Amino acid sequence: MTDATVQANGARAGAERPVREGCALVTGASRGIGAATARALAAEGWPVGITFRADREGAEALAHEIETEGGIAVPIAADVTDADAMEAAFARLEAEHGSVLVLVNNAGVRDDNIAAQLDDEAWERVVDTNLNAAFRATRRALRPMIRARWGRIVNVASVVGPRANVGQANYAAAKAGLIGMTKTVAVEVARRGVTVNAVAPGFVETKLTEDVSAETLGAIPARRAGTPEEVAACIRFLASEEASYVTGTTLVVDGGLSA
Amino acid sequence: MTTKATDEAVQKVIFDGLAEVGADPDRINRDATFEELDVDSLDVVELAQIVEDEFGVRLEGDDLKGLETVGQVIDLVVERAS
Repeated sequence: MTDATVQANGARAGAERPVREGCALVTGASRGIGAATARALAAEGWPVGITFRADREGAEALAHEIETEGGIAVPIAADVTDADAMEAAFARLEAEHGSVLVLVNNAGVRDDNIAAQLDDEAWERVVDTNLNAAFRATRRALRPMIRARWGRIVNVASVVGPRANVGQANYAAAKAGLIGMTKTVAVEVARRGVTVNAVAPGFVETKLTEDVSAETLGAIPARRAGTPEEVAACIRFLASEEASYVTGTTLVVDGGLSA
Repeated sequence: MTTKATDEAVQKVIFDGLAEVGADPDRINRDATFEELDVDSLDVVELAQIVEDEFGVRLEGDDLKGLETVGQVIDLVVERAS
């Protein structure tokens, strides 16, 4: 078991690989926060697996962009709720680039309705994609990380969950669940150098929030939505060597909304 | 590439693995329990990964739950590999 040297931020992959022997996996990375995160991790030198459900074009364009910049990106068609597809994604990355040492559980969906009218399908789909899939990916990633005595798991939660948002009981439940899971898993594996954290974005300009009103934005202290890059920067930090003493916590990225 | 899971080979890998996760080498033997060796469930997870890396045998959640002694783990791995 080697102890690979870690260099400073910003080093590109290619001639030399500054990070540990292994790779990163970002789920739902064809666009939005996932795509920005994939770019950020690739810029750190991580070969990065990019899973997508339907947006093959977006994922391949992103991979091409990353490779043009000197990074390594592997677009993989895998619905996070499909256990076989996710196992194949892990197996492929392990075969091509070594253990997945950075896992970003980012894939998420919405299916809003007030609770009195929210049907089973809408509830289950959101909880399965946003929470259950994150658990399964976490479980799969943990053993090699434990063995490597190093790992970074970052769960993309939300300010919704800890706080209410009308019409999103399913989303809130899944995201709050993600935060609870983050804490317990973090404590279980901390002594092996594996950290597990969450980021909780507020309103961020992505497909998931394209229908948010101007009124809502006005209620944000920063008076604007965040950008995917602003959230990715936080994920990049949590995935870094430097964040080695940060675990079991949630980094809120919301322009002051929940302060 | 995996190693052939003979009783002898599995015992060696598991004994070495236990020492690696912190068990006192002088107290490791087939009859020892994980509790006696001060090896907890997280250590056992790591041991399972060592076994998988070496022999290609995957021990899942339920497999590990009932195991108390070192010998039981060795026997299970040999059985699974055959």
